[in-house]
Amino acid sequence: MRNIATLLFLGGLAFLLIVITGSLDFGAPPMRIGTQIQAATAGDVGTANIVTAVVLGYRGLDTLGELSILFAAATAGGLVLGSAAARARPDGGFILRAGADLMFPLLLIAGLYIVIHGHLTPGGGFQGGVILAAAFFLPLLARPGTTPGHRWLMWIEGLSGATFIVIGLLALYRGDAFLTPLFDHGTLGELVSGGSLPLLYLAVGLKVGAELAGLLMRLAQDDEVTS
Amino acid sequence: MTTQIGLVFFIAAIGLCVIGIGGIVLSRNLFRMVLALAIAEAGANLLLVLAGYRWDAVAPILSAGQMPAPMVDPVPQAMVLTAIVIGVGVQALALTLVVRVKQRYGTLDMQLARERMNAEIDATADVTPPRSQERPRGERPLPAPAGGAHD
Repeated sequence: MRNIATLLFLGGLAFLLIVITGSLDFGAPPMRIGTQIQAATAGDVGTANIVTAVVLGYRGLDTLGELSILFAAATAGGLVLGSAAARARPDGGFILRAGADLMFPLLLIAGLYIVIHGHLTPGGGFQGGVILAAAFFLPLLARPGTTPGHRWLMWIEGLSGATFIVIGLLALYRGDAFLTPLFDHGTLGELVSGGSLPLLYLAVGLKVGAELAGLLMRLAQDDEVTS
Repeated sequence: MTTQIGLVFFIAAIGLCVIGIGGIVLSRNLFRMVLALAIAEAGANLLLVLAGYRWDAVAPILSAGQMPAPMVDPVPQAMVLTAIVIGVGVQALALTLVVRVKQRYGTLDMQLARERMNAEIDATADVTPPRSQERPRGERPLPAPAGGAHD
């Protein structure tokens, strides 16, 4: 009975959404703010990647909220799991160990590249941060005995989060709104351009990487009490 | 023709949403519920990205200062970026809770875990479970010993 009701509800929901979206003109969105932002980005913010301009320039406060949500989720995860001591686990094996050694520098470079070029190319702090987290999590999978540096990660996370807020407060001190891009935005498309946005994305990348790495390590250490 | 292709994309996105919601409601396994949540999220994100699509448009990245071609709307893309990150946080938190439930109650089945949790709460609070037709209180003869998990 409950299943039938659920299936009826789902069918109705799908029908409703398809009718609504089917009546829209596909490929011609009615939003006008996107066009205006595209026209204004080069003069306002000066980043080649307009999505970065939206995420950090126009809606920087939302990104701060997003970081807070991620921080709250990571903290709650750590609270639920507790800080388990590293247990004796079977070794990862030769292939995993060699692969982890090989992949670590590559992942580190790819992650940092994506973070630092976030204002020029697709990518940015969040995507690069996840790759950095994978880089630091992979050795733990290969060598389960090693104790991860939780304290170290905590410092990176706290300092990068503080950097983000301090950059926002500097704009406030200068008389602008919170998180207004600082500095002169140089030539469009150069590595050093976009004012303080690359710094903000670097802080975001380090924070996301440290948070996710800590969460993954906790999950990996805690997974075999009962199984 | 163009609207038909758009409808195909929209049906794919809505289908992912519906499959995800159906999985959340119909599944009893906690881990599968988390996976279904991820699928529903993917559908919602696809729907948002589709909302900003423009025909013959390029990615919203400026090259050499001018606008060579029409670009897709950057605002939904930034929103989806936010949604993906928050989704990862929510999934990680849900998975930690699932890990804890599995450790404590030894099962991933939601109803079984709920029964064991209720029994534990009753035992801790030192109360007998409320009267019901399945578990009558008192001296009445029972087909099976009371207190155990019935299914």
